[in-house]
Amino acid sequence: MIAETGLAALWLAAGLAALQFLLMILALRSGAEVARAMRSIALVQGVLTLVAFVMLLVVFARSDMSVALVFENSSVVKPFIYKVAGAWGNHEGSMLMWVTILAVAGAFLAVLAHRTGERTLLAALGAQALLALGFYAFLLFASNPFARLWPPPPDGQGLNPLLQDPGLAFHPPTLYLGYVGLSVAFSLAVGALLTGEVDSRLGRAMRPWVLGAWLLLTLGITAGSYWAYYELGWGGYWFWDPVENASLMPWLAATALLHSINVLAARGALKAWTMMLAVIAFSMSMVGTFLVRSGILTSVHAFAIDPERGTFLLALLAIYVGAAFVLFAVRGANLKEGAPFELVSRESGLVINNLFLTVILGVVFVGTLYPLFAEAVSGEKMSVGTPYFNAVAGPLALLLAALVGVGPLLAWRRERRPVLKKLTVPALLGATALAITIILAPQIHILPRLGFAVAAYLAAASILPLIGRNPLRAPLATWGMVVAHFGIAVALTGMAANSAFTTERLAIANPGDVLSVGPWQVQLESVTPAAGKNWTAIQAQLRATRGSGIVTLAPQMRYFSDPPMETNESAIASFWNGQLYTVVGRQDVSGAWQLRLWWKPFVTLIWAGGGLIALGGALALFGRIWMLFRRRSRAAEWRTERYA
Amino acid sequence: MKPKNQRLVLVAAAIAAVLAAVLLAMWGLRDRASYFYTPADIAGGQAPAGQAMRLGGMVEEGSIKHLPDGVTIRFVVTDGKARTPVVYRGIVPDLFREGTGAVAEGRLENGTFVADTILAKHDERYMPPQLGNLAAEHKAGQTLEK
Repeated sequence: MIAETGLAALWLAAGLAALQFLLMILALRSGAEVARAMRSIALVQGVLTLVAFVMLLVVFARSDMSVALVFENSSVVKPFIYKVAGAWGNHEGSMLMWVTILAVAGAFLAVLAHRTGERTLLAALGAQALLALGFYAFLLFASNPFARLWPPPPDGQGLNPLLQDPGLAFHPPTLYLGYVGLSVAFSLAVGALLTGEVDSRLGRAMRPWVLGAWLLLTLGITAGSYWAYYELGWGGYWFWDPVENASLMPWLAATALLHSINVLAARGALKAWTMMLAVIAFSMSMVGTFLVRSGILTSVHAFAIDPERGTFLLALLAIYVGAAFVLFAVRGANLKEGAPFELVSRESGLVINNLFLTVILGVVFVGTLYPLFAEAVSGEKMSVGTPYFNAVAGPLALLLAALVGVGPLLAWRRERRPVLKKLTVPALLGATALAITIILAPQIHILPRLGFAVAAYLAAASILPLIGRNPLRAPLATWGMVVAHFGIAVALTGMAANSAFTTERLAIANPGDVLSVGPWQVQLESVTPAAGKNWTAIQAQLRATRGSGIVTLAPQMRYFSDPPMETNESAIASFWNGQLYTVVGRQDVSGAWQLRLWWKPFVTLIWAGGGLIALGGALALFGRIWMLFRRRSRAAEWRTERYA
Repeated sequence: MKPKNQRLVLVAAAIAAVLAAVLLAMWGLRDRASYFYTPADIAGGQAPAGQAMRLGGMVEEGSIKHLPDGVTIRFVVTDGKARTPVVYRGIVPDLFREGTGAVAEGRLENGTFVADTILAKHDERYMPPQLGNLAAEHKAGQTLEK
């Protein structure tokens, strides 16, 4: 019954979405008074998808093997949390989660949005309903998560053990919230293009959604990067895997949007530009979903190969993105020109930021999709990996990071003061860092060397907006910007240090042997068996020391039974100045064990920086919501006084 | 700047950015894309030596040999038509075994494929698309042999 309830809720929600879309057309055509009805429909639709999603969680939690999806992706002996998390560790479940977030975001938009014009909001709700409708169709006709099996088998086939990790439980939902949060910006942009009400009010209404989505994307990417780092046992934090790029592309677009929307909100400029970015940002989310869910990729994340589903998703993508672009082409040119600004101004700075992010997005997009394109056209099989992305996107990102120091110092509209003078100290710091790396580490590659220099400069330049004023009285949004920009410098330092100074040791060892890596002496003490709920393992006991103090590490090689699979569980010891990363491999014919050791100086700064960037986003979001709240309560006071 | 001119400048800048991205990407792809080859391609002399590429196929049964240093292995990748010897230094991935599909990244040196990375299929249902057909043929072949 539970599965059927979920399915019924989905069908109902789909029907409501269709109704919501029709009402939107009615409202825009004839000005019918349907606002209240549309808001309630959007709310009920959100609740219904939530019900469907909870039903899926329940069948997974109960290990109800009569549901095909549970049978295929779960097993009775799994730890409880992974049973529940398994609900979205597969194609159908993750698509249901996607649709749920889409509908719930629509419900929130319906309930919370008071700042846009009524007509724009209705148009946006209609657009959101149309988006949801396509994905409901995809679920109901091509990816039904509630399909039954008869007779129910006694036990399931299990979940890919690589995904059996706390990271799995939180990484996809965070990322999905980010992806789909951008749908609201998309719908608002479509709505505003339909009604022509693109103004600073729209910018202010859209901004919290973009901030929230961007913040979650940042967190999701950072967490995903750390997950790949410790779980895959390859010691890398970013592989330029197409699926990683699928999350990076919406992030890049959202970052650009986040900056241009400030221009729209504060100055009423960059109207068409911002609408375009809002369309592109969610389009990139859909491209990402298509890449991951269509199964056309060779990747850890690609779940199943099913051409029918791929075609369905591609058709949805083409329809939505195509329609939005056509709408933009028709309506974009008719938008009123925005407020003017001069060449040297905050607006120009943000335009340059946007241009750089667009170029980076473009090269990542081409690099990710070109192999698919080439194979479809000429049948040639190829892959584009790290060498391409590092060589092409790396220098651009560094240049952008250098410009990040300048933009926030510029005044809106026009800047006549000698701003570059303020950057003397940061520039000197950057030059010093460059000189130090040349003297102390003459052998390192040019990119990490410049990385250190830019990071040192940016760390100082990023806090300039708080200097020369009382920092406690600066708005939270300014604090958010400073923290996020400082986070870029921190992450950059980590990346540069990791790429310049990582040392690796790969060797075999018998118990008692000592291997050295970087400043560390690592002794293999023993190798013992270990066991968990659904795995057994061999576990190496390592004693590491670098002069004083001893650290013990216990990397494992785990064997899972359902499905049969082995995974390397790395053991990592973190210090203020780096991480010692250890992996145990197989036993050699002579009886010795393979060990792979890395010393990675300052690698943790990469994720610390990512965390700071997200924290900056959180501060800004909180600040904006706080201001909104204050303004609203003040307006209410004013009204009561006036009418009292 | 007049609003109208400002809009023109912005449109020009946006177009320039997109063009720059495409040109940069094309330049980057020219010598940094690694192409996918099968053992048959290599036997046919289609794969250039020394260039980064991917090799895909099935790991031949009984072909994995461990070298005395304990961390280097040699094995043979086959596509049913030809065989390519591979050498790899490192801990092999979790799902790497004989008789399953694998993709190796590296370069061809004197007829041997020197792998930097080995990608094995990641779960029971996952198979690199390039190997999909191959695996089906392989299975069919095995069934016939039986």
